[in-house]
Amino acid sequence: MTVMEQRGAYRPAPPPAWQPRTDPAPLLPDERPYRVLGTEAAAKADPELLRRLYAQLVRGRRYNAQATALTKQGRLAVYPSSTGQEACEVAAALALEERDWLFPSYRDTLAVIARGVDPVEALTLLRGDWHTGYDPYAHRVAPLSTPLATQLPHAVGLAHAARLKGDDVVALAMVGDGGTSEGDFHEALNFAAVWQAPVVFLVQNNGFAISVPLAKQTAAPSLAHKAVGYGVPGRLVDGNDAAAVHEVLTDAVRHAREGGGPTLVEAVTYRIDAHTNADDATRYRGDTEIDAWRDHDPVLLLERELTDRGLLDEDTVRRAREDAETMAADLRARMNRDPELDPMHLFDQVYAETTSQLREQRALLRAELAAERQDQEGGAR
Amino acid sequence: MTTVAVKPATMAQALTRALRDAMAADPAVHVMGEDVGTLGGVFRVTDGLAKEFGETRCTDTPLAEAGILGTAVGMAMYGLRPVVEMQFDAFAYPAFEQLISHVSRMRNRTRGRMPLPITVRVPYGGGIGGVEHHSDSSEAYYMATPGLHVVTPATVADAYGLLRRAIASDDPVVFLEPKRLYWSKDTWNPEQPTDVEPIGRAVVRRTGRSATLITYGPSVPVCLEAAEAAQAEGWDLEVVDLRSLVPFDDDTVCASVRRTGRAVVVHESGGFGGPGGEIAARVTERCFHHLEAPVLRVAGFDIPYPPPMLERHHLPGVDRILDAVARLQWEAEG
Ligand SMILES: Cc1ncc(C[n+]2csc(CCOP(=O)(O)OP(=O)(O)O)c2C)c(N)n1
Ligand SMILES: [Mg+2]
Repeated sequence: MTVMEQRGAYRPAPPPAWQPRTDPAPLLPDERPYRVLGTEAAAKADPELLRRLYAQLVRGRRYNAQATALTKQGRLAVYPSSTGQEACEVAAALALEERDWLFPSYRDTLAVIARGVDPVEALTLLRGDWHTGYDPYAHRVAPLSTPLATQLPHAVGLAHAARLKGDDVVALAMVGDGGTSEGDFHEALNFAAVWQAPVVFLVQNNGFAISVPLAKQTAAPSLAHKAVGYGVPGRLVDGNDAAAVHEVLTDAVRHAREGGGPTLVEAVTYRIDAHTNADDATRYRGDTEIDAWRDHDPVLLLERELTDRGLLDEDTVRRAREDAETMAADLRARMNRDPELDPMHLFDQVYAETTSQLREQRALLRAELAAERQDQEGGAR
Repeated sequence: MTTVAVKPATMAQALTRALRDAMAADPAVHVMGEDVGTLGGVFRVTDGLAKEFGETRCTDTPLAEAGILGTAVGMAMYGLRPVVEMQFDAFAYPAFEQLISHVSRMRNRTRGRMPLPITVRVPYGGGIGGVEHHSDSSEAYYMATPGLHVVTPATVADAYGLLRRAIASDDPVVFLEPKRLYWSKDTWNPEQPTDVEPIGRAVVRRTGRSATLITYGPSVPVCLEAAEAAQAEGWDLEVVDLRSLVPFDDDTVCASVRRTGRAVVVHESGGFGGPGGEIAARVTERCFHHLEAPVLRVAGFDIPYPPPMLERHHLPGVDRILDAVARLQWEAEG
């Protein structure tokens, strides 16, 4: 049949029936950030859990203050503080089981230590003596990731692999509002959805990517809405409400573990401190905005709830504070010692087996250091 | 005759001035990147531009390097002259797809019909105590990509002149800014900015007779310091600042090496597969009969960039340069 004949025989018909491949309605995020504290839902919360969260928040707040102080004393090269975001940090760690994995960004040292990593080992990246100071397998915490959103596909791949091996392991990956603009964010969500990987994405929307406010970052109704385009459920939660973040993340982790696939959680919070100690936030935001968020402080919110319901006796408060002070004192003491540095370690673990080129370079440095030492000793004599 | 006050300025200030003058001179010039608007960039190089020219001329983009460079390609296709900022060396990598697959070869693909006058500013190199992913020397990747110019200033005056040239270029230029020289000062007159030679010309920063140090960007001041120190050892070193890695100025480099008969290439980037290999090969091919010794390289080690507390052992310093000079087979002379 020629084309012309075909055309002649052509009888237009309506296209085959179309319908969305999945119903988008259940994927849509909550209309406003989900809250527990100060609402009726709080009555259902486990008092023991609330007290645990409280103790961790107090500890986390103290940790941020101590680490920031260490930058001023020159003991840390830089510290991106999570002050104001402690509820997200702590809840992320507590929502996971031992066997699960955490994929943190540079701002998430608090989540990392809440997972059990030694606070000093968690800080080596920011002190500058070694990039990743902890063993990622010890507590199932991936290295703190600085290149934005690049950790997200890793979480998807790990969760996928665990599933292939028959392990009921969930990966929780953390990213900032700015990081959601990166291509890796898109690719990770898409892979996770297509593979139905057991992953939970936690976006901490703290209002800024360094100086850039969310309005310049996205035109989406909310970051949680981004989930819908991938066929992933989006959840919106008050990021300063530790009980709410914990509940939403725990639900998402359970959902993933039961084979329900990924969830994207947007926690609405605020970065109280500057981006890092090196940043001058007065260039791009005013005090009124910060003050408004101080009135919605994650530590005080939980303290208020516990106090109002008679769940917080003075003893618990005192113990939480003492525990935080002990942690801070230990951190101070250990961070105030110069780390042991061996320049020869520069050549270790570049490859499983070193190369002859690296052996040569190692020998060169060894000779230089020996000469340096000799000079110093000569000078001392 | 009027005398203009010549004040010390930093390299960062000279770069800001170059951007400002380029924007004032040509409405097609658009600056874009992460934090370049309200904040003025994390190194403050774009300070004041959004205020002076408005946010459409100096734009805080969403946080996506591939998107920044990809949209710059489209803008350039439509007659604009984008100057994009990558916040740090290691954060330019997401943009490599655009850079390699499109920016570098659009002119060639379209038989010259669609040139892309894009400047990609990249703060690069170490020595500032930066934590992981903030100190890479990525120039070898760019050099290995045909179609890109790769330029890097070492002085305040060059920072101004070369950036103006880069923005005016109808070809894409990767403009590598040595982070640790941002705050270096020089007397430089912003009212009479020196008109730098076209991109692609090296310059002899210090004349000498014994050997040539071939270098660029952050290693230029280190080489000048080494040359001073070498005097005590009886060596009179010449220092050539390449200023542009692509195109490469064979003439200036080889003229110097023919005069001195010895050469050492110095850079922070790793030695293996680094710029020094190409440079040494070119010099050897062209100056073989003038050479008294093999061309040597002093480079960063072939390791991932180390944490800040160990970086001084990694970076080429005066001693390592002098050690290399000492190995240039001097005994053969006498
Ligand atoms: C790929 C990449 N580009 C740029 C940067 C530089 N940078 C570091 S933090 C940051 C802002 C990130 O903002 P957001 O994702 O909201 O996280 P927050 O810092 O607020 O926790 C930028 C641009 C980076 N680390 N990685
Ligand atoms: Mg943010």
